Amino acid sequence: MNTDRVQALFEDALRVVNVGLPSFAAELRRAGGSVVDVDWRPPAGGEAALLAALDACLGPDGSVRADIAAATRRSVETLLAATPAVVGIGIAGEVIPGMRRDLVLHAGPPVEWARMSGPTRGAVLGGLVYEGLAASPEEAAKLAASGVVTFSPCHHHSTVGPMAGIVTASMPVWIVENTAFGNRAFATLNEGLGKVLRYGAYDSEVIARLRWMEKTLAPLLRAALESHGPLDLRSHIAQALQMGDEVHNRNRAATSLLIRVLAPHLVQIDAPREDIAAVMRFLNGNDHFFLNLSMAASKCALEPAAGQPLSTMVSLMARNGTDFGIQIAAFPGEWFTAPAPMVEGLYLPGFTAADAAPDIGDSVITETAGLGGMAMAAAPAIVQFIGGSPSQALDFTRRMYDITLAEHPVYTIPALAFRGTPSGIDLLRVVESGVVPVVNTGIAHREPGIGMVGAGLVKPPAACFRAALLAFARTLPPGPATG
Amino acid sequence: MTVFVLVRKESYYDSVLLMRISQTLRALPGAADAVAVMGTPQNRVLLVQQGFGGAALDGAGPNDLVLAVRGAGVTPEEVNAAFEKLLASERSATAVEEARPSSLGAALAAHPDANVVLVSVPGEYAAREARRALRAGRHVMLFSDNVAFEDEVALKREAVGRGLLMMGPDCGTAILNGLPLGFANAVRRGPIGIVGAAGTGIQEVSSLIHRMGGGISQAIGTGGRDLTDEVGGLMMLFGLAALAADPSTRVIAVVSKPPSAPVAKQVMAVLAATPKPCAVHFVSGGSGAAAPPENVVVATSLADLALQSLRLAGAGVDTGSPERSGRARVADLSERLGPGARLCGLFCGGTTGQEALARLSSAGLDVHSNLHKQGPLRVDGRQPVNGHLLLDLGDDEFTRGRPHPMIEPALRNERMQEALSDRQVDLLLFDCVLGYGAHPDPAGVLVGGLAAARAAAPGRALLAIASVTGTADDPQDYRVQVATLTAAGVVVERSNDAASELAASVLLDAAARGQGSA
Repeated sequence: MNTDRVQALFEDALRVVNVGLPSFAAELRRAGGSVVDVDWRPPAGGEAALLAALDACLGPDGSVRADIAAATRRSVETLLAATPAVVGIGIAGEVIPGMRRDLVLHAGPPVEWARMSGPTRGAVLGGLVYEGLAASPEEAAKLAASGVVTFSPCHHHSTVGPMAGIVTASMPVWIVENTAFGNRAFATLNEGLGKVLRYGAYDSEVIARLRWMEKTLAPLLRAALESHGPLDLRSHIAQALQMGDEVHNRNRAATSLLIRVLAPHLVQIDAPREDIAAVMRFLNGNDHFFLNLSMAASKCALEPAAGQPLSTMVSLMARNGTDFGIQIAAFPGEWFTAPAPMVEGLYLPGFTAADAAPDIGDSVITETAGLGGMAMAAAPAIVQFIGGSPSQALDFTRRMYDITLAEHPVYTIPALAFRGTPSGIDLLRVVESGVVPVVNTGIAHREPGIGMVGAGLVKPPAACFRAALLAFARTLPPGPATG
Repeated sequence: MTVFVLVRKESYYDSVLLMRISQTLRALPGAADAVAVMGTPQNRVLLVQQGFGGAALDGAGPNDLVLAVRGAGVTPEEVNAAFEKLLASERSATAVEEARPSSLGAALAAHPDANVVLVSVPGEYAAREARRALRAGRHVMLFSDNVAFEDEVALKREAVGRGLLMMGPDCGTAILNGLPLGFANAVRRGPIGIVGAAGTGIQEVSSLIHRMGGGISQAIGTGGRDLTDEVGGLMMLFGLAALAADPSTRVIAVVSKPPSAPVAKQVMAVLAATPKPCAVHFVSGGSGAAAPPENVVVATSLADLALQSLRLAGAGVDTGSPERSGRARVADLSERLGPGARLCGLFCGGTTGQEALARLSSAGLDVHSNLHKQGPLRVDGRQPVNGHLLLDLGDDEFTRGRPHPMIEPALRNERMQEALSDRQVDLLLFDCVLGYGAHPDPAGVLVGGLAAARAAAPGRALLAIASVTGTADDPQDYRVQVATLTAAGVVVERSNDAASELAASVLLDAAARGQGSA
């Protein structure tokens, strides 16, 4: 029997990790000991099949198997190396891969017309009328149900859409390129708050605004971009984080920076002054204009990381108002879904939880990429949505370090002494700890056509992660031979 | 129904805070509806549509805060007060709590220099956490019980293979490098190393060593089942090897309840081969083997184990102030009791209870107890008993769904009341265990229970004998606890063994007196 390690302990100071009753940690501290207390709960909710799946991923030293860890690390490094840049604005039908006139893209995992949520349906109606495929919302509803028009997730076309996320062929879209890897992602331009398409509104005002965006806003912004050159989003987002944004539910600083960057180019364009002024008024009136860019940046950062066998990094999260879906890097394109949860938050005057639609939108791609709720410590005002305090915002981010694999090299948070945001969500850590990524989001009215009713925090369903883990463990090849 | 609008000039708040203010105001008693918005033209129009109006609203601008409230019995003062309170709580500095890691894996990743993991999760998850810790190269103390034998054996084998301590399952006490782990006492450092398969046994021995002026190097717990045939003394043997190799340990003391014969033999053989002097005590059983080896002292009680260890360490032993002559003292106490005096022993510690039962039984007394494994004197503690009774209140039977009596001594008082109400009890015998993890004032609670018991049985002469397991350095302070008991008329003996022996002598003396000779 070799007792050297015990002797080494006898000659060292004790540094204890307490797992279980918190009183033991308290007593150890009282006695002058150094102790870290684990906020323990039964791993994987105590379910035997999940525990077995988790243990199947462990190597002989009790930590994750070397091959799984290496693959996952590669995914994370790919994510961190992304250099998203806005390279232009195009028309959906011309630039989005696989886009067609009779195809309607939507947020979240696949969902058919019959199961679509209120806001999604409303947005589909508006999109079909805008596209000229139907003369009225009633006609649009018939068309949507007929099967003549088909639906597909934005994500299947390198695209992301906030809230209902409806994209039709004529819509102008941002073109964002991950210059380090060459891949591109697309997103529509943000319409603003209130009665807008993405919240399921579809009246003539909505359509008129969409047309103005297509005919006036997009061309002017495109010209400004061409004049400016590609816009480095990595640097832009980094700056916004230092100014109180988390670029999911708080985009005011990022939007302001965008206007500042483009303004000198906008005013030089040879176009009617009133149009330019209208564009600038529009941008100034929409605190979330930048959201679609942070989403596209996150999307193109994550795409090259998918398709890594044995990687347990979460490569995608999205919702369609009916289901919440995730994907992991090991299984590109394979959705793991569960019913969409309700958001817990505060409501605008006149609205209550009874009015709320379930969680909806592709915007949770920001959390997937280490922004949004992961960066809540950068935007403490957000936590008020659940009646919390700024210190809780710090706490939310800190907790996320437990379930992520890296700290972002460039997206840093002043309040955490410029620590990088928790990036690269690890499926194994999520299932074991029971801690899911924290997400800040807006709340849509469950009836189409009404708009935003509040904002708050939402928890992705644990069921998605559990299903993904079980699938991962099932396909796991036997571990490398141990020496 | 009152409707009013309050305007606070030049008070800009962002939309999120405005929503919180609205929510807070709506929650005021009597408030039917409340809205907090900035006084922009659009908001003013919306408010008018909702039935709010007035000059104040007309005069509000975009940088002014408008609080519009509709309700029965809500006053502007209440609204303002609620608003101020919300703002104040927003601004008050909140302590930033360090976020706790959410798993052992996360903790080990964040603290790679951690060297011991203390596990006290429910039994069905305990082995997994312990295994994780061992495989990450850390020593483990496993407080949890209800762990399968196979898991215990596998864990201990793996630990020994890696050269790591695997203390437990069912290990409640250890003291490493002077730091109390689990339920343990503040004991000064010294040359005596303890390995124990009995939690309160380690507590009593280590506390007595301290009180007699000595100190310990380490106290390694093995868990209660280590010396069974199934586990074969795996951690006991490893712990002995570690202490044998430890330059700071000059004497080794072993405490346990009686091991299985083959395990006892193995332990004795190892002790015999150890170059350091050793003392051993198996509570309520002999040495468990035929004849102990020469260099192994077999102690006759926990107190004796402490004493022998100190002697082996060459220390001058301070056994405390001399007591009054034994016989006279016993007679003095037994005079308070009648010949049919009955004992009720209520113990929080399993080992102290076992020692007391053994001492009483070997004095010839028939004591019913839940500590008996079988036989006519075995009881489960629920039924009333005709005769002497001694209960281990930490037994599963009593702790299901309730805290352990070491943490919540009021449970003992309940049992005391029950015992007194349904039978004739004249002599109460207790342990009083101090240290980290235990209740802040066990003696105080005990004294409260005694007072209530005495009040409920005013004619009866209740004699209470107790010992206190602990040191002056414990949070409860041994001296203070003894004083509390003594002031309440409790006879406090210097050790659990001494208290049990005194109780036995007093009972026998009272019985003998009743049989004739004066």
